[in-house]
Amino acid sequence: MNNDTLIPLIGVVTDIRQDTPDVKTFRVNAIEGGKVFEHMPGQCAMLSIPGVGEGMFSITSSPTNKEFMEFSIKKCGCLTTWLHAMDVGQQITIRGPYGNYFPVETDLKGKDLLFIAGGIGLAPLRSVINYVRDNRANYGDVQIIYGSRSKDDLVDYQEIIDEWQADPNIKVNLTIDREQEGWDGHVGFVPNYVKELNPSTNKTVLVCGPPIMIKFTLAGLKELGFTETQVYTTMELRMKCGVGKCGRCNIGNKYVCKDGPVFRFDQLGELPDEY
Amino acid sequence: MQEAMIKRAKELLADGTVNRVIGWKKGEFFYDATPAVFRTAEELDRQFIFDDFTQANVSKYLVKESRKDGKILAFLKPCDTYSFNQLVKEHRIIRENVYVVGVPGGPKLDIEKIKAKGITGVLSVKNENYTLKIETLYGTEEMPFYEAISGKCESCKSKKHVAYDELIGEDGEVLESNRFDMVEKLENMTAEERFNFWQNELSKCIRCNACRNVCPACTCENCVFDNPKSGVDNKAPADSFEEKMFHIIRAFHVAGRCTDCGECSRVCPQNIPLHLLNRKFIKDINSLYGEYQAGADTTTKAPLNDYNTDDCEPSIVHERGVE
Amino acid sequence: MLKISADKLNSLFDAISAKQTLYITVDNEKGSAEYKKYESGMTLSKSLNTVRSAKDFFFPQTENLADFKVEGKNIEVIDVREESEDFVVFGVRACDARSFTILDKVFLSEPVDSYYKNRREHSTIITMACTKPAETCFCTAFGMDPTVPEGDVAVFSDGENYFFLERTEKGKKFIASISDMLEDGDTAKLNEVQEKARNIMKKLPLANLSTKSFGGERLMKHFNSEKWAELSESCLGCGTCTFVCPTCQCYDIRDFNTGHGIKRFRCWDSCMYSDFTKMAHGNSRNSQLERFRQRFMHKLVYFPANNNGEFGCVGCGRCLSKCPVSMNIVKVMKALEDKE
Repeated sequence: MNNDTLIPLIGVVTDIRQDTPDVKTFRVNAIEGGKVFEHMPGQCAMLSIPGVGEGMFSITSSPTNKEFMEFSIKKCGCLTTWLHAMDVGQQITIRGPYGNYFPVETDLKGKDLLFIAGGIGLAPLRSVINYVRDNRANYGDVQIIYGSRSKDDLVDYQEIIDEWQADPNIKVNLTIDREQEGWDGHVGFVPNYVKELNPSTNKTVLVCGPPIMIKFTLAGLKELGFTETQVYTTMELRMKCGVGKCGRCNIGNKYVCKDGPVFRFDQLGELPDEY
Repeated sequence: MQEAMIKRAKELLADGTVNRVIGWKKGEFFYDATPAVFRTAEELDRQFIFDDFTQANVSKYLVKESRKDGKILAFLKPCDTYSFNQLVKEHRIIRENVYVVGVPGGPKLDIEKIKAKGITGVLSVKNENYTLKIETLYGTEEMPFYEAISGKCESCKSKKHVAYDELIGEDGEVLESNRFDMVEKLENMTAEERFNFWQNELSKCIRCNACRNVCPACTCENCVFDNPKSGVDNKAPADSFEEKMFHIIRAFHVAGRCTDCGECSRVCPQNIPLHLLNRKFIKDINSLYGEYQAGADTTTKAPLNDYNTDDCEPSIVHERGVE
Repeated sequence: MLKISADKLNSLFDAISAKQTLYITVDNEKGSAEYKKYESGMTLSKSLNTVRSAKDFFFPQTENLADFKVEGKNIEVIDVREESEDFVVFGVRACDARSFTILDKVFLSEPVDSYYKNRREHSTIITMACTKPAETCFCTAFGMDPTVPEGDVAVFSDGENYFFLERTEKGKKFIASISDMLEDGDTAKLNEVQEKARNIMKKLPLANLSTKSFGGERLMKHFNSEKWAELSESCLGCGTCTFVCPTCQCYDIRDFNTGHGIKRFRCWDSCMYSDFTKMAHGNSRNSQLERFRQRFMHKLVYFPANNNGEFGCVGCGRCLSKCPVSMNIVKVMKALEDKE
């Protein structure tokens, strides 16, 4: 019988990085080394620990990384708590890649890009950011606005400082919600910071974060003169199959696992407000 | 009766005693009324129905409805008043927000019983001296009234309203019923026969949860079977043990609180006689702790929530289980 | 047309079941019909349809997807799939036969569901033309002719004989395999029976039910309708409609620890259930109104939007008979349809 997407493959956790108090980034390899499968930026994978549960996570590493995949996972439920308790060497099941991806090879090519992320919302965007960095000539200006509750909650902080901020071709603006000792950067919520920075409206925007942040960011962008067709986001709803059959992750007639997770806001605007 | 109910409901709406009425709404056919809340006299005139087929017990809806603004009129049949009382006793229904009008009970008819006779394409039913004249797409059929009565009315325990603010029609009496006959039959089986009986019945379960969701005793905000944190949540039996587990745990959970309203068996799409599990508990409680009827009033302590020095020893359960 | 006389039907069943597994509709002790594996002596049900739909044959209530052996940090995936045996289902009605083509659109679209496909490919569907539709039937609203059902073979009864009509290549082979038991028959009486059934069809209480107010282009209009509050008011949030429905195919995937390994199984799930869309951090359909709306929007709007206008309902009437509070798709359609 042919392979079935519901029958997973095995991955090995080869590195675990504690990013924030509740976010860890897991490096996953195939048993024989290398990647379990290839993907595009924004796509997701179903990870599971048999007997505990299965869940959809965005692949945070860039496809240009040829050695491994990475997943930044926030501890918030049963499965993620188990994942956070794992040690290096643990095997997990993995299937995918699922969903569409940010149009890095089509609509985004040649564009000035503005990434806006809040908290763990950086995870799916990090894949695109590093993809763009590795194919830098294909894109225009790159600006990243990223905020979190506190300095300790900034995911991938080390990479942001060491690589992104050090890159003269990228502009990075960080913010945290409240004043904190040892932080001399910007303080304030992401949507307000975006308005303060007043980015040029010829940019294409990729935004991801908590629903409330996305909502206010979009409203702010519109005030600045951006149109919905310029703004992409990536969605998350409850998923089981990953291939548009189990029936739960739909927004109207679109399945987030299959037709998404990446949507442009004008596309979302045509769908019911049920997410 | 229907006219009298609509008339009274309109009066109570008009004088401001209530701002809503819960009853039954006309369906597509003559037998498929839906429990519904009415807000205006016009809605009542157009849609309110009360007849031989309005079987549903609306008391469970009052858990939510009694928490809304204003008082609601609830038309309750005798058996429904037991559920109502029990829910009041458990502080699930806010009594002062409900105006109960007691209405006569059954026997109600069950369309499924008519269809089980092979009568199809039914368009209307008339009761002529306890013979049902059934108009169908294929001509007129007849069957005895009593062969079409709902399972829950077959062994009616009471025609008495145990809670009401007013009555329409006469009140009845608590009845001598034969409701434990089948339980006795099961008790007299060998353990193996009994096991096979339940195995056969419960293996039909499709875990639609209709029995649980309709049950006035099942009002947990989050059922253990739906709660991932409970560790026993499930949607379908993973093995033959789980097939029985759901129903047995549910029966245990409603023991001493089940009023024997019969809704569980009425709604089961697979016709599993689920009420027998509950009746076994009722019968046991009666014999071990003295006669008790859940929902008969709102004050008596339930035997399983109470302790008496003459309560039976726990070991009796074990002894009774040994053949 | 080839036929067999009614009194020889059981010998035909015996012959079919000698070669492959045969399921027929039979009446149980409570007078309702169900599919059972044929054993000598069983008689074909006289009921119009089974309580549980025929989807069970391809999409069972539960099925094992894979097993896992977990040892320390290591996981082994065990593929438990086996080639299905060939089987014949006899007595499927037009509505359920159509439900298979709807299920096919879900399970056989890319990526193909191998579990479903396996059973589908090994099945032969023998449908039975309707002669006595019930008052709850409305398959004609969804474009079916229940007097000439789909399937691999359609069977017609004139009361005395059963006639066999091939409808697919598979059906042709099936008829060839039993042709020694069949004889040529006169269809004059059959035509009469069919004509009568068609006349009844026009008189059904739901004969005028129309789908013209529905479809993908009405998405936002119907989603935002104010009617949903009243329609969903009495919904108990149980899964009866979903589980008796021949086209409902939502599922859950769960793990079960057997004590010596993990079974990953798939089971029926219902969009009516409160935990269907619940995540660790929230729920996209929190109220019963939203869950109720989802079920009917899926059948009447979302499914056609994704499948060239085809609706996700076959008009079998099971939800009409089985909903504990008698809410159903017909009441929803009538409430939402355009009022001229």
